[in-house]
Amino acid sequence: MCGIIGLMLKKPGLRAALGELVTPMIDCMGSRGPDSAGLAVFGEPVPSGQRRFALQAAEEPFDWSKFHEDYQRDTQTPGPIQVTDNHASIVTSTALPDFQAWLAAAYPRVHLLSVGRAIEMYKDEGLPSDIADRLHFTRLVGTHAVGHTRMATESAVSPAHAHPYTAGEDFCLVHNGSLSNPYSIRRSLERRGIQFETDNDTEAGCRFLEWRMREGDTLEEAIETSFEELDGFFTFLMATSEKMVLVRDAFACKPAVAAETDEYVAVSSEFRSLAHLPGIGSANVFEPAPEQIYSWSF
Amino acid sequence: MDNHEKTRREKHFDLLTQSVRDVNQFLHHQLPASEIERIEIANPNGLHSIAAGMDQDVVIDILGHAGYFIAGMNKQAHVTVHGNVGWSVAENIMSGTVRVKGHASESAGASGQGGLVIIEGDASSRCGISMKGCDLVVGGSVGHFSAFMAQAGTLVVCGDAGPNLGDSLYEATIYVRGKIDSLGADAQEEEMQAADIAKVEQLMAAADMEGDASGFKRIASARSLYHWNSEDPQEY
Repeated sequence: MCGIIGLMLKKPGLRAALGELVTPMIDCMGSRGPDSAGLAVFGEPVPSGQRRFALQAAEEPFDWSKFHEDYQRDTQTPGPIQVTDNHASIVTSTALPDFQAWLAAAYPRVHLLSVGRAIEMYKDEGLPSDIADRLHFTRLVGTHAVGHTRMATESAVSPAHAHPYTAGEDFCLVHNGSLSNPYSIRRSLERRGIQFETDNDTEAGCRFLEWRMREGDTLEEAIETSFEELDGFFTFLMATSEKMVLVRDAFACKPAVAAETDEYVAVSSEFRSLAHLPGIGSANVFEPAPEQIYSWSF
Repeated sequence: MDNHEKTRREKHFDLLTQSVRDVNQFLHHQLPASEIERIEIANPNGLHSIAAGMDQDVVIDILGHAGYFIAGMNKQAHVTVHGNVGWSVAENIMSGTVRVKGHASESAGASGQGGLVIIEGDASSRCGISMKGCDLVVGGSVGHFSAFMAQAGTLVVCGDAGPNLGDSLYEATIYVRGKIDSLGADAQEEEMQAADIAKVEQLMAAADMEGDASGFKRIASARSLYHWNSEDPQEY
C-alpha cells in the first residue's frame, strides 16, 4: 500500500493552520503505510538569492548548535537555523554545490532533504503518528503540503527511502504504487550526469520529471512524456512552489480522492483522512480519472 | 409509531463514538433476535467495512460518505449510503439491495451473485467486475474495464462507459444509454429486442431510476474467447 496526502490552501486565512489540518491526514493514513512518513511544506519564499536547505541528522541526539557554528565559521556566511529534533533548516546565500561540498566534508551523516526558496522537508523512519508528534507537524504553516506514509515493497526501509522525494529546487513527489522500469530510467538519467541517492523506484520517477523540467518542459508536459517512459502503477502527487499536481496511471490501480472547496483542495488515498477538514460536507469530492493531469494553484 | 415503539423497531449508531467492529457485531449477533427493522449509522467518515456480512431483512441507512467494502457479501438487507463510497461496495452481494446515493469508487458490485446494486451517481473503473448474477444499475457513468469477465447478471449504465467495457465477458448482459469509449475483447454490440427493453424497464423501476428505458445499447459476449477452438493455431 502506502498513503499519500496533499492540502493546498487557496486563501490566506487557513495557512496558519496548515499543520493542524495536515497532521490528522498523515496520522490517519498511517494504517496504509506504517514504515515511515514524510511531509514537504511550502511556505513564504525566502528572499531571492537565498535558499532554504532542509537537513536531517542520522544521529540522535545531534548537536545542531555546533553544526551551525561550524557552518558559519567555515563558510563565513550567516544562515539562521531552525531546529526540530533531528531535522533542521538553514536559510543561506551559499550556492548549492558549495553547501553540498561543505556538508560532505564536515558532516557526511547529515542528509540534505530539500533545496528551494519555499520548500521545507521532514521525513523519517517509524510510525507516521510518532514522526508527526516528534517533528511537531501541527505547528507548520504554509500554503500547501504533500505527505506520504510508506509500506515498503521494493527497497529498504530507511529515512532516505521515505517519501517525499525531491530533485532540483522547490519540487517534490510522493508515490503510491510501484514502477517496473526504474532501473532503465535510472541508467538513462545517469548517462546524463544525474546522480541518485537511493535505489528506490520513486526516485527514478522524481528525477525523470525534474530532468524534463530542466529541459524546458512544464510539469504537465513532463508528466505527458512520463506516460510513455514510466512503466508501472502510480498515483503521483507532486508540488512546486506554486502548484500541486496529481496524476494516476492508465489503470488507476492505486487509489486517490480529491475534495475541493473555495478554501482548499485536499487529496488523499482515502476519504477517511479528509473527513475532519472544515466544510468537507459540502466539498466537491471526486475520484481523479486515470491519465488525467490535475493541477491546482492558489 | 410512538417513541417506545420506535425505540423497539429502530436503532441508531454513531461512528464518532462507536467502532465499526461494535456496529457490525451488533448487526451480526444481536440484530437477528431483536424486533429492529431499521438501523441508522451516523458519521461513517470514510470508514471501511460498515454493514459487511449482513444476513437479515432490515433497512440500514448510512448517513454520509463511507469507505471500502461497504455492505460486502450482503444477504437480505436493504442498505442505503447517503453519500459516496470507496472501493468494492456490495462486493459479492448475494441478495437484498445496496443503494449509493452519491458516487462509487472502483469495483462496485464486484463478483455479486444476486440482489440489486444501485449507484445513483457515477461508478468508477471495474464496476461489476466478475459479476455472477447480481443486477447493477448506475445512474451516471462507469469507468474503464467495467463488467470485466462478468459471468451472469445485468449491468445497466444510464450515462457513458469508459474504455474496454465488458472485456472477456461471459454471459452477463450490459446496457448502456450513453457513449461507450471502447469495447473490451470479445464484447460486441447487439440489437435491442423487446425482452431487452423489458429488462431495462424492470431494473430501472426496481432501482427507482427516472428516465426512459429506450435508447440503450445492448452489449454481450461474442463468445469467441471462452470457447476453446482446437483448430486455431495456438502457441504456448
